[in-house]
Amino acid sequence: MASPRRAAVVGANRIPFARSNGAYARASNQDMLTAALDGLVARFGLTEERMGEVVAGAVLKHSRDFNLTREAVLGSRLSAATPTYDVQQACGTGLEAAILIANKIALGQLEVGIAGGVDTTSDAPIAVNDDLREVLLEANRAKSTAGIVKALAGLRPGQLVPEIPANREPRTGMAMGEHAAITAAHWGIERTAQDELTARSHQNLAKAYDAGFFDDLMTPFLGLTKDNNLRADSTAEKLGKLKPVFFPAGGDKTEATMTAGNSTPLTDGAATVLLASDEWAAERGLPVLAHIVDAETAAVDYVHGDEGLLMAPAYAVPRMLERNGLTLQDFDFYEIHEAFASTVLATLAAWESPQFCKERLGLDAPLGSIDREKLNVHGSSLAAGHPFAATGARIVPTLAKILHENGGGRGLISICAAGGQGVVAILEA
Amino acid sequence: MSHDWYSDFVNSGFGRAVAGNVGLPPVPKLRRWEPGQPLLSGAALLGTATADGRVAKIVRAVLADAGVEVHEDPAAPIGGGSSSSKVAAAIVDATGLSSPRDLAAIQQFLTPVMRRVGPSGRILVIGDVPAQAERPAVRAARRSLEGLVRSAAKEARYGATVNLVHVADGAENDIESTLRFFLSSRSAFVDGQRLDVGTVPGYAGSSAGTDWDHPITGKVAVVTGAARGIGRTVAQTLARDGATVVAVDIPAAGDALAHTANDVGGTALQLDITGAGAGEAILEHCRRHGGVDIVVHNAGITRDKLLANQDTDRWNSVIDVNLNAQLAINDVLLASGDDDGFHRGGRIVTVSSMAGIAGNRGQTSYGASKAGVIGLVEATAPLLADKDATINAVAPGFIETAMTAAMPVGTREAGRRLSSLTQGGLPVDVAETIAWFAQGASYAINGQVLRVDGQNYLGA
Repeated sequence: MASPRRAAVVGANRIPFARSNGAYARASNQDMLTAALDGLVARFGLTEERMGEVVAGAVLKHSRDFNLTREAVLGSRLSAATPTYDVQQACGTGLEAAILIANKIALGQLEVGIAGGVDTTSDAPIAVNDDLREVLLEANRAKSTAGIVKALAGLRPGQLVPEIPANREPRTGMAMGEHAAITAAHWGIERTAQDELTARSHQNLAKAYDAGFFDDLMTPFLGLTKDNNLRADSTAEKLGKLKPVFFPAGGDKTEATMTAGNSTPLTDGAATVLLASDEWAAERGLPVLAHIVDAETAAVDYVHGDEGLLMAPAYAVPRMLERNGLTLQDFDFYEIHEAFASTVLATLAAWESPQFCKERLGLDAPLGSIDREKLNVHGSSLAAGHPFAATGARIVPTLAKILHENGGGRGLISICAAGGQGVVAILEA
Repeated sequence: MSHDWYSDFVNSGFGRAVAGNVGLPPVPKLRRWEPGQPLLSGAALLGTATADGRVAKIVRAVLADAGVEVHEDPAAPIGGGSSSSKVAAAIVDATGLSSPRDLAAIQQFLTPVMRRVGPSGRILVIGDVPAQAERPAVRAARRSLEGLVRSAAKEARYGATVNLVHVADGAENDIESTLRFFLSSRSAFVDGQRLDVGTVPGYAGSSAGTDWDHPITGKVAVVTGAARGIGRTVAQTLARDGATVVAVDIPAAGDALAHTANDVGGTALQLDITGAGAGEAILEHCRRHGGVDIVVHNAGITRDKLLANQDTDRWNSVIDVNLNAQLAINDVLLASGDDDGFHRGGRIVTVSSMAGIAGNRGQTSYGASKAGVIGLVEATAPLLADKDATINAVAPGFIETAMTAAMPVGTREAGRRLSSLTQGGLPVDVAETIAWFAQGASYAINGQVLRVDGQNYLGA
């Protein structure tokens, strides 16, 4: 089979990320995704242009937003003739959307497309609880007034308690942070290492802002010009003073390591990335920052098996490396999504572990360690925040621009997702 | 923008009667340009001061091309009307004056004209450049025109304007875009002003084939400070006239900037123009359009303080944005290649201010920066001539913007009424002047500073 062409990362736009119930408390997913799209349109002069496709999604979604991306495009300055679809792969959504667009570009089915993601934990959907829903649906199905009255007679005060979406795994009832705490304890990830990684994320992101790195990746929204979770003066010492908030179930509470500082906060925001064929970019005199080379997804059994909820990337990366004849050390930059500082460290520890690599990955030798100076060099989710579906569309252009400014190179993206899934990709410039 | 309630009042039926009885100044509604509008809304009168006039011919040709009916006797009836029926414009070829005695011919022509020029009418006097005259009597006569024009502008009513154009020796065929600007409603708020054409030697260009409804079609125009205010209107006006616009503003204004860019179908460049490499960043962005033809240095800030309370950080921030950034970007433009850089025949237009000419209390830093812009224009003009390019400045007076809306009522009303047109200008008035400087057809206009201020009495 002839090798298909590679999709180019041309540029991007996102809005600054905002801590939950803050600057974007009254903004909807559609508002934010539309704003991110319009900023992208402005940056690249796409007014009234028809994109091959726009693919985006949100993790927390109102039922009315079944066509979220299409509605956002219709409200944007893009041509209304731009087709769209929504995807949802938890925290992997943004990266998966980019992979979907990139694959169609690679196959020649698209010349240009936009991938994106958006999430709000402020404007979250609240549903009526299941008991009430059943009563109301029964009443709706009733054919006579008497039937309606009979159905509604089933109403009870307790049914008025709404269902608010929670950051919990449906099959374990445990918060993601609790899962991560088990993994951290399993791998013996120390508190100081987590706090150091967190401080570096903040410091790196702050430096990137100062250098103007985001000037062509971001457009202000609702008065915010920077991610407002960023603490430029963050240090491991300051972070070390925070109390733990996530505990491994049944574990020793005094040995808990995960705090609100070294875990990502709930965040609102949207991100988009413009992908195209080299020809499309060249015709418009637009730069190619990097190419999407390959991608892989993986899932682990965290319910019945004993693998950690957020460890799937540890499985996805070696599969992708083998397919591409690469080692873990063959990268100039690594972008490992910081769901929790401990998640990044546990993933790196797993790749360094001969036992894990042999027993779980079936490898003769461990993948080994990486040069930590190449990791998340302009900060990641601990500093920027993590609007679930938007994160992948933040990371892809960030890495692409890092590679471009480096004058070339290869970068690895690794994103863990709820449900025990992981999405990873390779970019080259 | 602050609403002009006074204008509403004196233009209402009741208000007009009251104003007439108690002597309140009227506020004429100015005719403004829109695509497809005829050059003039009626006939024109053309007078010649001497038999040696050298511009009447080109004026006649331009008016004929624009379909304007031309008459020569300022006292004769026009069409089916009387000898007092209105005309839309009067043009005086005042070239070839040999002594101040020749001025009487101009007086004789203009005296009946003053009562015949209709609402938003145009009186345009075209003379020789005084500095190009050696004999004192000739130079005195040429220089007299400026006093005549500035005084007549203060007498003209109903939004009519009076302006003066100096045409350098040999430049008489290079004034078409200038004629069209001053006669059309694009110059609505330009009054009592003087402009020199052809005074920087070595210029080259042509107005042949210009689509006067879209005179900058196909050009790429950079506008700094385009997120809001006058800059946003400049972007819209340049796009209306046919240009592809690159809208530039600081990253913090990026959301408003994106609005501007998307409104005009252009692109947004978030950039701090005071940063190192700003000029290169602009050129880099413009490479996608194959280079840049027009650069409008509109970005500007005020950090007003009485000089007695001034501090150096505030001072420097104003000088850096309003002046140093322009100098640095111009250096990059001048050094760039014709192919994908600042194109041959390019145009730089910068924004000075009435404060830079007349000074303003509390604005020593702003006034210094805006006066500096004039020096920048004067010194850069001959450098650009080698590239067949030009640089000119517009000096806005009282323009209705968010900035003037924030003024105290007394200051705002004084700013509006103490001018020949008794009102504030609109951002589009500044933009129209910039768009005219930006035209390829304005190739002979270089090193000029034109006030767009309705002949404001401050520092006139």
